[in-house]
Amino acid sequence: MTGLRYVYAVCRPFGAALQSQLTGVAGDPPRLLPHGDLVAVVSHVPEADFSEEALRAHLEDLDWLAGTARAHQQVIDALTAVTTPLPLRLATVFRDDSGVRVMLEEREESFRRTLDRLEGRVEWGVKIYVEAGPVQAAGQAGPAPKPASGRDYLRQRRRQTRASDDLWSRAEEFANRLHETLSSRADDARLHAPQNPNLSGAAGRNVLNAAYLVRREVSEEFVETVDRTKDDAPGIRVELTGPWAAYSFAGEEGPREGS
Amino acid sequence: MTTPSRLPDPYGQGQSANLADILERVLDKGVVIAGDIRINLLDIELLTIKLRLVVASVDKAKEMGIDWWESDPALSSRARHDELTRENAALRERLRELDPGRVPREAP
Repeated sequence: MTGLRYVYAVCRPFGAALQSQLTGVAGDPPRLLPHGDLVAVVSHVPEADFSEEALRAHLEDLDWLAGTARAHQQVIDALTAVTTPLPLRLATVFRDDSGVRVMLEEREESFRRTLDRLEGRVEWGVKIYVEAGPVQAAGQAGPAPKPASGRDYLRQRRRQTRASDDLWSRAEEFANRLHETLSSRADDARLHAPQNPNLSGAAGRNVLNAAYLVRREVSEEFVETVDRTKDDAPGIRVELTGPWAAYSFAGEEGPREGS
Repeated sequence: MTTPSRLPDPYGQGQSANLADILERVLDKGVVIAGDIRINLLDIELLTIKLRLVVASVDKAKEMGIDWWESDPALSSRARHDELTRENAALRERLRELDPGRVPREAP
């Protein structure tokens, strides 16, 4: 069985070996398919699971999707340890090696440009959460006493509203300041849509979801900068993920004007 | 020269990485190339959007009692099947109303 070709990433040729235990999306170890001065990282996948029809059905199956996404990311992760991969979107599939080669040839120019732009850089993800309900977070110790009168009640409401407004504006200011600081240490930045609080499993409300393109040699410093801010603001939580391959910066467009 | 080994240890990554973070990247970012196998990204756009609303992990979601995808016909083949069954029954019922003599009741 030869199967189809699943392409994870395009890289420059690299000397180092990938982890020997590494497996790809269908359990097949990723292989290198060199063409010119580019390398496609591919693995063989069964047509039964990756034909258009099968794939469409699978993508609607959250368990399958989760497993495939993790396997995809694991290969990209292993590549990131040894080179600067240009990660492709999940489920980029060709019939055979020659299809992959044709694609490499057709897009050679743009791959080279993007790889040059990303060379030696990784992506760090930073999310900021406002923790707990604003009112509890900002309220003074313990639950508010039962209001004794209507006037008490109104006063209490006003205090709570003010406290919550206060936390939100602090969070906004904090996020703006951190984003500015981190952007100055990064070559590029992207703001993503916040993840939904109810269901993402993360506590608190996600107010900033950003990605930064950072040179490897200043990554340590970048991480320390994030770490240092962590205790700065009560009620606000900073979460760092990475190093990722430069997923958020792999698109063709360069840095945006004015961002 | 930059060596990958200088990278700090991973944060919230690897096996433990948040599924929402991974999906956000592998489905939404990265280079888009039309391969030989073409899936309409719009088809899964719906899924992507819903996932963004969702999940740290599937298990966690199930623990939390979140299993909408299992009953959402757009997301689950089982739900689609159930819906077809329902639709079938409804149609049969309707036919029976229109023409009681022609449509046999389901075998007892």
